[in-house]
Amino acid sequence: MDEVLKFIYEYKDAIFIIILSVFLGVEVISHVPAVLHTPLMSGANAIHGVVIIGSIIVMGHAQELLPKILGFIAVILGTLNVVGGFVVTDRMLEMFKKKKTKK
Amino acid sequence: METLQKFVEYSQEFSILEISYFVASVLFIVGLKKLSHPDTARSGNLWAAFGMGMAILFTILFHKVKQNDGHYEGIGNLGWIFGGLIIGSVVGWVAAKKVKMTAMPQMVSLFNGMGGACAALISLMEFPHVPQDLVARYGMTNGYTLAVMLGLLIGSVSFAGSMIAFGKLNGNIGDIKAKWLRYVNMALLALLLFLVVFVLLQPEKPEMIAIYAFAILALVYGVSFVMPIGGADMPVVISLLNSFTGVAAAMGGFLYDNRAMLTGGILVGSAGTILTILMCNAMNRSLLNVIIGAFGGSSAAGAQDVDKTVKEITLSDAAILLSYSQKVYIVPGYGLAVAQAQHLCHELDKLLADKGVEVKYGIHPVAGRMPGHMNVLLAEADVPYEKLVEAEDANQEMPNTDVVIVIGANDVVNPAAEEDPSSPIYGMPVIRVWEAKNVIVMKRSMAKGYAAIENNLFYHPKNRMLFGDAKATLQQLIAEIKSL
Repeated sequence: MDEVLKFIYEYKDAIFIIILSVFLGVEVISHVPAVLHTPLMSGANAIHGVVIIGSIIVMGHAQELLPKILGFIAVILGTLNVVGGFVVTDRMLEMFKKKKTKK
Repeated sequence: METLQKFVEYSQEFSILEISYFVASVLFIVGLKKLSHPDTARSGNLWAAFGMGMAILFTILFHKVKQNDGHYEGIGNLGWIFGGLIIGSVVGWVAAKKVKMTAMPQMVSLFNGMGGACAALISLMEFPHVPQDLVARYGMTNGYTLAVMLGLLIGSVSFAGSMIAFGKLNGNIGDIKAKWLRYVNMALLALLLFLVVFVLLQPEKPEMIAIYAFAILALVYGVSFVMPIGGADMPVVISLLNSFTGVAAAMGGFLYDNRAMLTGGILVGSAGTILTILMCNAMNRSLLNVIIGAFGGSSAAGAQDVDKTVKEITLSDAAILLSYSQKVYIVPGYGLAVAQAQHLCHELDKLLADKGVEVKYGIHPVAGRMPGHMNVLLAEADVPYEKLVEAEDANQEMPNTDVVIVIGANDVVNPAAEEDPSSPIYGMPVIRVWEAKNVIVMKRSMAKGYAAIENNLFYHPKNRMLFGDAKATLQQLIAEIKSL
């Protein structure tokens, strides 16, 4: 019990952010029309590409060869996630846009 | 004291970095919010992308790590980093631009897998860096280890699962519908969770080889987790894995005390979970049912007593029937997407509209391979938004409809969902096309749909079949109508 309390105290900021973000995530998208499910999923997919920041940090401080190689791969994969994700989402949404301007 | 001085020296840069993360987090939230409204969706995506770009740039410029000797070191290996960024950007950009609209779901799955793999790799590399002072004080029972292990587990599962989902949607991988796999999966999951706890309880850092083995086991679980789930359920699985990757990214944020990663990851984790549940609701099934229940396959019962005669319709009959109707509904499915026939479909609809026929599209929420897939495709072909009618509203209009053309759809118009309690899709909302006066089903063959179950609609007295590739048939049909 003591350990748990200590853990919570130690990471109180992160826990606070996590709890608030969970509610925020639910609230922000709970009224989305079915039409937008696919683009929204794709957009969210791009946002979790934020993991790339982690890979940059790892890569930025890697010294030996193996971590460098792994870090390099991680940066590529993360970039693929970010760039690919946003571009695909944009392409999907472009089509919605077209009919809007036509109206 | 000296450390403090160094800190003060860099404090400006630290503040800038934190502010950039703060702004990026806000942009992610605003972006997601905008993404959930049709009018603002596109700008929302750009806002989020902008936030991401800013967070990346500022990390490279200002991120510093305290070294053992107390001084702070910025991001090094810049050549490697920019190399990776450039390669990833070019490949990602080209792949995303080149992919056909029909293959969009696979692509999302693929990119999602990349993110998962990235998170897993970060954990692999950070495991040796679990701070010694933490280990000395608490053993492995600390938040750092927990975040690393969870990031590794979730990232690996998400990567392997996404690759399988990609393969399934692409048609490279079939389903394994063995019941025993379910138990294997439960056992694997239990084992993995046990191993996480086990590592946490160690007094000393375990050998790296054990961590690699753990990662491989997690990859195996990712494969066997998605393997038994039917192809029709892949959208739900991708959405679920998407939220997994979000959580894995958040674990990285926890690790680095990085607020952009933390908020971004958790936001996607929770939004993705809600989205998954919304998708399940659209199919009238629970998430648990999707994951555990092996879908399709074994529905021999219930279909035998129907008179199995299939009536065909000739092109000219179909053309006349359509031209002299008042109201026509088009119900598209994945077949339309595969045949790339959405433009022809729109041509047919314009042609009929010129003849005074009222044409609308009945869009089932899960038609195609992803919710909203059909809307995207038809929007690409310039079909006006107002013509797309959601399943519920379409059902109300069915009795007043003269002809329904079903193009490449199957399970979403299967009466078994309402009539046959033994059917695996029983309870799923469907478009009740059989209530219309006439039904024309365009289909390549009598093959079953993605859920692999018999469709009695084809034997329905009101229904007539028009066999052939959707594109070719539509072309001929259009020519036929024009020559009338």
